[in-house]
Amino acid sequence: MMALETRNLVKRFGGFTATHDVSLSIRKGARHALIGPNGAGKTTLINLFTGVFAPTSGQILLGGEDITTLPAHARVARGLSRTFQINQLFGDLTPLESMMLAIGERKGHGRRFWRTLAADRDVAEEALATLERFRLAHVMAVSTNLLPYGKQRLLEIALAIAAKPKVLLLDEPAAGVPEEEREEVLAIVRSLPEDVTVVLIEHDMDLVFSFADRISVLAAGALFAEGTVEEIARDPQVKAIYLGEDA
Amino acid sequence: MLTILFDGVAYGMLLFILACGLSITLGLMNFVNLAHGAFAMAGGYVTVILMNRYGISFYWCLPAAFLVTALVGAILEVTLYRRLYRASHLDQVLFSIGLVFMAIAAADYFMGGQQQLINLPAELRGRLDLFGIGIGRSRLFVILICAVLVVALQLALTRTRFGSQLRAAVDDGRVARGLGINVSTIFVLTFALGSGLAGLGGALGADMLGLDPNFPLKFLIYFMIVVTVGGTSSITGPFIAALLLGIADVAGKYYLPQAGAFIIYAVMILVLILRPNGLFSREGRR
Amino acid sequence: MTHHTQASEFLNARHRWRLWEIALWLLAVAAIFILPSQLLILTEIAILALFAVSLDLILGYAGIVSLGHTAFFGLGAYAAGILARDYVSEPVTGLVFAGLISGLFGLATSFLVLRGSDLTRLMTTFGVAMLLAELGNQATWLTGGADGLSGISMSPILGLFEFDLYGRNGYIYCLAVLIVLTFVARRIVNSPFGLSLMAIKRNPRRAAMLGISPKRRIVAIYSVSAAYAGMAGALLAQTTNFVSPDVLAFHRSADVLLVLVIGGAGYLYGGIFGAIIFTLLRDWLSVATPQYWMFWIGLILVAIVMIGRERLTGWPLLLAARLRGKPAEDAR
Repeated sequence: MMALETRNLVKRFGGFTATHDVSLSIRKGARHALIGPNGAGKTTLINLFTGVFAPTSGQILLGGEDITTLPAHARVARGLSRTFQINQLFGDLTPLESMMLAIGERKGHGRRFWRTLAADRDVAEEALATLERFRLAHVMAVSTNLLPYGKQRLLEIALAIAAKPKVLLLDEPAAGVPEEEREEVLAIVRSLPEDVTVVLIEHDMDLVFSFADRISVLAAGALFAEGTVEEIARDPQVKAIYLGEDA
Repeated sequence: MLTILFDGVAYGMLLFILACGLSITLGLMNFVNLAHGAFAMAGGYVTVILMNRYGISFYWCLPAAFLVTALVGAILEVTLYRRLYRASHLDQVLFSIGLVFMAIAAADYFMGGQQQLINLPAELRGRLDLFGIGIGRSRLFVILICAVLVVALQLALTRTRFGSQLRAAVDDGRVARGLGINVSTIFVLTFALGSGLAGLGGALGADMLGLDPNFPLKFLIYFMIVVTVGGTSSITGPFIAALLLGIADVAGKYYLPQAGAFIIYAVMILVLILRPNGLFSREGRR
Repeated sequence: MTHHTQASEFLNARHRWRLWEIALWLLAVAAIFILPSQLLILTEIAILALFAVSLDLILGYAGIVSLGHTAFFGLGAYAAGILARDYVSEPVTGLVFAGLISGLFGLATSFLVLRGSDLTRLMTTFGVAMLLAELGNQATWLTGGADGLSGISMSPILGLFEFDLYGRNGYIYCLAVLIVLTFVARRIVNSPFGLSLMAIKRNPRRAAMLGISPKRRIVAIYSVSAAYAGMAGALLAQTTNFVSPDVLAFHRSADVLLVLVIGGAGYLYGGIFGAIIFTLLRDWLSVATPQYWMFWIGLILVAIVMIGRERLTGWPLLLAARLRGKPAEDAR
């Protein structure tokens, strides 16, 4: 059973082809890493998955369902969630509010306009539990933009996980996280249920090799190689791309 | 029929001269300058004062209107506008509405609320009969001046060093700065040029459009239509938009006076729905 | 303090009635007895405040800039005026009717503010208001055209309270409407729906990535805001027995922006404080220089922007922060 698939996916910006005929299959429960040099089109691919961009041609399937033309929020409702390479948070809203928003929306409470937020007890409970898990509970009532970067990064990831996704896309989750909090982040990602599919974009090869069970290599927008960690680690051509020399 | 077309073209070209400065500030500085019409009004009043109080010839008033408003524009750019390029659009809107209100009240205070009349030189009055088409001499004059200005502007933008620097700054301010282009000088010169052209347009149009303290608000919508419909990526877009607007407005007032400005607004909204970046913008939908 | 109590305290503080809020409303009610000679200007303030609260719902909470909010105000005024002139002269009926008409018009035009940038929104809202103004001007048979809509005479409110010459019942009526609608708005912005609006304003991209459809939420709040503005317009028509074509004029859209900016956007009471300050200021300045009030508005606008809105309206932000239960040092 494939969690996420693309079929001949192409994205052009004017004359520039950012995604070149990518056909990718990621099975359910995979820990899948997307690697490639800068500008290889990794983030573009994530943006195509999540509906930030519409593809020029090709198809995207989530759990077998064609989601190519669905708007972003409808994809989230079907179990796709992501983090951003650069934090995308809510300025002066607090972590508690942000978390309650994420959980409330998952439960479809966002249309409730007559109850106070405090009346949403189950959402508040879950938000608090999640914040505790990410060690954010003690700053729950502080404006997000006043938090140190590492904490903001944790919140960024916590929000994506709070959506209880079937497929979680992590765009360089460890980037900018201080060394001491890095392990926490990874531990939480590792502890996600087995049936959650995780797609990871990362530059840190140690992290990739320790986390992923399968790796896809992108170069110049196209799928260059795919295989198990061992296969990719041994592939001389992959090394060549990274080191920029001829194989 | 052809007379209407002719009047429409004259009106449209005037609108272009009035609005092209706005298109540049919007495209270059990403600044929503709702006070643009105040510069045009200033040009109009300069002409009225020089002609009616000091008896200076209409022809000399035109460059004077240009220079005075360009200078005012430059001063305001350096002292106020410059600080708001990075402000939110809401701040820019509030600021420029504030300027408009001050300009209106000031004009009312110094000049009175009545319509200003100017006496055009004898050779610009009356009509000329050309191949059976009645052509207003003053309108012909407006068309000629505007046509010269449009050609000069186009040449200045495409052929001169200043023009290429300006286009570079429009495309990407950071890169232009990196190339050693002095962006803030470009900004102040461009702003002055845009204001000066508006002032010139106000002077030229004082007879055709009328001039009273409410001028900046009355014509704001026309300027904004020219800019939004024409887009800000070139001067061709606003030029075509201004011509179409001029012709449509004159024809509309002639054939369907009861519809008033209704059609114009409706068309603008329609264009904005279909092409948020302007009808003639190169990139079209993003 | 456990995280549990901290969380519930924070959440309860978000919607708890503050002392200054209660004081404000008590003062407004007390004004009926304390300032019996000032009731007309107080009525004006209440109407302007409601109009500004309606703008705050879209600008302060959803981040939508509008240069034509008076479209809804004017439409509501005409709707209430025409209903009273030709059909039903009971005010509350007219109020509801005006709210419905404006709300529906808001719903119909809301798709215009969904797309594009701030600039497109400014232009489309401006265009819609100009269009309505033109329509109001042309449709003389319905609106009275440039002469305005006259011949309105209101019957007693709910058949019980007659509008009196001193404007006493008029003020009580407007204040009651303002209180009820502010209370409703307060519920809305403190709800999960309100939170989603705040999130959309701050980061629409991320909001969509949490499963929120920004479009639907914006359509909803835009319609509510339009209905509020329409009801404010109805109050004006009903208390003055007249609708001037001026209700659709551009300067009203600018005025209400200024009111909200003076009071500070995004915490609901900015419109109310702004309306008080704006009206008193106008009264004071127009006594000094009757004709040139416009100059002073302009100067105030320029000054506010140049000094910086945040710095100038720090005090309501502080209140806002407290309203949301945060310590004062987090106000920015």
